[in-house]
Amino acid sequence: MSKSRSELSIILRGVAKDPLGLIGLIIVGAIVISAIFAAWIVPYDPIGMNIPDRMQGPSWSHWLGTDNLGRDTLSRVIMGGQVALKVALPAVFGAMAIGLTLGMIAGYGPRWLDNLLMLFFDTLRSFPTVMFALAVVALVGPSLQTVVLVVMATSIPTYGRVARTQTLTLRNSEFILAERAMGASMVRILGVHMLPNIIGVLGVLAAMDVPTVIALEAGLSFLGLGVKPPTPSWGALLKDGYALIRQTPWLVVGGGLPIILATLGFTFLGESLRDVVDPKLRKNR
Amino acid sequence: MFIYTVKRFALAGLILIVAVTAMFLMIRAVPGDPVSIMLGPRATPELKASLIAQMALDQPIWKQLLIYYGGLLRGDLGIDVFSGRSVVEIVFQQLPYTLEMITLSVVWSATLGIALGAYAAANPNTMIDRIAAAVSVSFVAAPAFVVALLALLIFAVQLQWFPAIGAGEGFWGRLNHLVLPSFAIGLSWVGYIARLVRASMLEVLGEGHIRTARAFGISERRIIMSYALRIAILPVFTVIGVGMGFLLSSAVFTEIVFARPGIGKLVIDSITTRNYPVVMGTVLVSTGLFVLSTAIADLLNALLDPRARSAK
Repeated sequence: MSKSRSELSIILRGVAKDPLGLIGLIIVGAIVISAIFAAWIVPYDPIGMNIPDRMQGPSWSHWLGTDNLGRDTLSRVIMGGQVALKVALPAVFGAMAIGLTLGMIAGYGPRWLDNLLMLFFDTLRSFPTVMFALAVVALVGPSLQTVVLVVMATSIPTYGRVARTQTLTLRNSEFILAERAMGASMVRILGVHMLPNIIGVLGVLAAMDVPTVIALEAGLSFLGLGVKPPTPSWGALLKDGYALIRQTPWLVVGGGLPIILATLGFTFLGESLRDVVDPKLRKNR
Repeated sequence: MFIYTVKRFALAGLILIVAVTAMFLMIRAVPGDPVSIMLGPRATPELKASLIAQMALDQPIWKQLLIYYGGLLRGDLGIDVFSGRSVVEIVFQQLPYTLEMITLSVVWSATLGIALGAYAAANPNTMIDRIAAAVSVSFVAAPAFVVALLALLIFAVQLQWFPAIGAGEGFWGRLNHLVLPSFAIGLSWVGYIARLVRASMLEVLGEGHIRTARAFGISERRIIMSYALRIAILPVFTVIGVGMGFLLSSAVFTEIVFARPGIGKLVIDSITTRNYPVVMGTVLVSTGLFVLSTAIADLLNALLDPRARSAK
């Protein structure tokens, strides 16, 4: 444990040395902290209506104004961050875990299984993400869980393909051949010897994938097919702002900027992580 | 190359078959019977019976699937429950609006992206290169529908430079209505393509034939414009082909934001009215489009870079 902790601190120090990485780290840190403590730092109840104060522009008492029900926009933005992470983190980690397992099996297992899994990945990948999401939501109805499942399903192939390629490369390396010659089981080879060599690349991929997921959740909520009202999500803010774009334009800004900031933060962080974890990939920049 | 082409298209066909079957089974697996959902609580039994017969819902599931495939082969995707028009007709009536928007987005963003990337590669590590890199990353970060909303707010609602809704009439009217949507879709591609071209340009500039050209005393400008750029832009085609799904996804949101006709608006409208045949038809056509464009991108890649053929 202490070994992996020191590795983590080496990686974090490497990221913080790169200016873009540091910016990414700060933005992501701010979003995560405000999401964790959202319930304590919101100035108003994010779902509490206050009709006399409705549709007010930005002011000292409401920094980002209020919506048509008098709800404080800033409070909804902060709370929305929590919703975004609640969707993004399980979806990304779930997809990573499943993609990793299937990809390693495809890379290490027999040829026919590899072909079958690749066909599965290619098929999942062949649906345009949003179209697929819309079709599923249309069928099973909108909810937070549906969004998580859809997002997970569409990003499994990416992780699976990368894990497979890595496994294929490692498969014939000398230390794995030595393990096999000593009679190590497949589970041991995959879990103990290959996993640590693959997880870094997938972690980078995951960091870069978070903004895609956040944007998709926001997009679905914007269309009214994601989280249900009155749950404050960035997409729901955009939906309300769009409906009354002439009266309450600050809602569009309040919902849009955090999405752009989050995307920027996770992208910077992901790229910087990639440079630290695997300097060979740097030239693709 | 011929064998690779055949194999690649066979794979595309196989993927489509699996995708269609999965979609079909998913729709049938929904709890509740689709007919009452589609017709609503006030439907008469006769109406229900006729719809059940029309959609062959009284047949066993494998037979329904065969009937659906039979229709697909004849270019028939079923009938719209409400208007009674054929789904193929409806989808292909809306498709041109989406395609013209996507095409314009790709054209402007690729042109600007290639220019930016080539310029940055020709002058590496200068101030302009650094600014271009920072701008590229920031552009990549902007999801199309957020850009669309902000563009709508700034340029259509506040400044009123461009129309906010619809697709317009006549050539100039249509073009005018396309400006903001294609700006929103293309913006993130500018940075992406610029980075791609910069990287591949730097690689090409380090190769032997460029060094030879330099040794012959050909001007740097000429080397970049007529020797290096030609090779350096090749990855752009692949990326656009593979990015078709992403473009279609952006198009869905952009069409909603700007209230434009197109398959995105079509699919959302049919979801809200639970018009399953149209939802399924639209998703299938866009999936087909995506599978086809990835196959073409792979083939193009294999044609230009023979190493890719054996890697598959």
